Amino acid sequence: MEEDRLGKAIKALVIGGSAGSLQVLFSLLPLLKENLQVAIILVLHRRNSVDSSLHELLATKAFAPTHEVEDKDIIKSGHIYLAPADYHLLIEKSHSFALDYSEKINFSRPSIDVTFESAAEAYGASLAAMLLSGANEDGTRGLAAVKQNGGITIVQNPETAQMPYMPHYALTHTDIDHVFDIPQMARFINNLN
Amino acid sequence: MIEDEDIELLLNDLLDIYGYDFTSYSKASLKRRIIRLYSLDKFPSFAEFRYRVKTDEGYLKRFVEEITVNVTEMFRDPSFYKSVREEILPVLGTKPFIRVWHAGCSTGEEVFSMAILLKEANLLKKSLLYATDLNPSVLEKVRKGIFPLQQMKQYSESYIASGGVNDFSQYYTANYGQAKFDRELSEKIIISTHNLVSDSSFNEFDLIFCRNVLIYFEKDLQDRVLKLFDASLGSLGYLALGTKETLKFSVIQHNFKQLNREKIWKKIV
Repeated sequence: MEEDRLGKAIKALVIGGSAGSLQVLFSLLPLLKENLQVAIILVLHRRNSVDSSLHELLATKAFAPTHEVEDKDIIKSGHIYLAPADYHLLIEKSHSFALDYSEKINFSRPSIDVTFESAAEAYGASLAAMLLSGANEDGTRGLAAVKQNGGITIVQNPETAQMPYMPHYALTHTDIDHVFDIPQMARFINNLN
Repeated sequence: MIEDEDIELLLNDLLDIYGYDFTSYSKASLKRRIIRLYSLDKFPSFAEFRYRVKTDEGYLKRFVEEITVNVTEMFRDPSFYKSVREEILPVLGTKPFIRVWHAGCSTGEEVFSMAILLKEANLLKKSLLYATDLNPSVLEKVRKGIFPLQQMKQYSESYIASGGVNDFSQYYTANYGQAKFDRELSEKIIISTHNLVSDSSFNEFDLIFCRNVLIYFEKDLQDRVLKLFDASLGSLGYLALGTKETLKFSVIQHNFKQLNREKIWKKIV
């Protein structure tokens, strides 16, 4: 069963993180191979446009090309995308990005739930979603939507998370396929095709 | 579970019955907002929701208000306003008369921000700011010029970050938790409904603001609206978009040159 799930074609991986998640990405991104077979979409809670250079910082850690999303950008395999500060990031069925400046959800914009839910609809079973460290409930509803649409759900092992609340909340409130530490995340992502 | 076909039927109703055309709005965002309203108002079925929209004009008003995004703020992206202040206003100041269009202005916070910039550059007297939106109820708020007092602290900070040197509170009168902006600003604002999807150009402008509106449109509609802006700008006029919006997919991009890192383009033909 597990083997079947891992064997199916995943086209996109959405990663959501809040407090304590940047450190995870700084460790994880250098472990990822250059020619990734999926698109990776990062949704991080962060302060408004002040840290607009975050994507440049992340780009220095990753081998794959890393961009901050602009409206209507097409999602390409092998690329890493970062949700811009202070916008919700949605995904169209045509596998392009759409931005939305509507009300905050879970006190957050971007909200992880918003991106996970729209990615779940756009990618169905070819989506994997991973929720990292955080002190918020954002992401759990999104993971439920991913699962409902046949995708793979993953959380960071709360014991390894600087802020365990967010992955722990997901783990106790929805159906999670894998609980990973950072090396396991890297192995999983590098093996996706 | 609401299917895309349900949404399509609803959008067709809105177009056929009321002439509101949402069919070229970005689907992911629009669907999310429709589902949000549908669950907020606790309809037992989507068919009943659709029926209510079709038959109840009062509810239609609510529908349009809730489906369109009306989140805005004063001096959003202070560095953008700093650029308007330092790079655009000195150029516009050489003109005998200045016309500014805020397309999709929502509740008008950015219109008042611009009016303040014009006043501080001593240009307000020879300026007119046209504030348009498809939604009549948000325009009512622009007309009143009243915003929640609790937001003034943040607006004041953004104002200062945009290069403002005055005491921001001089521009409004505080009363009962509300800030009412000065008549001197609002009397230069001309308010009208205008739907970017279906209405045409109505004047020639020196500067058009359309920030965080195009993100809700699909590419084809974006292109149509950008052509409308192109046709509504005088030569050497300016077009200002939201921080994540771009001309790069549009046929009009060759008529424009991006000014700097901010999303401001100058018409070069």
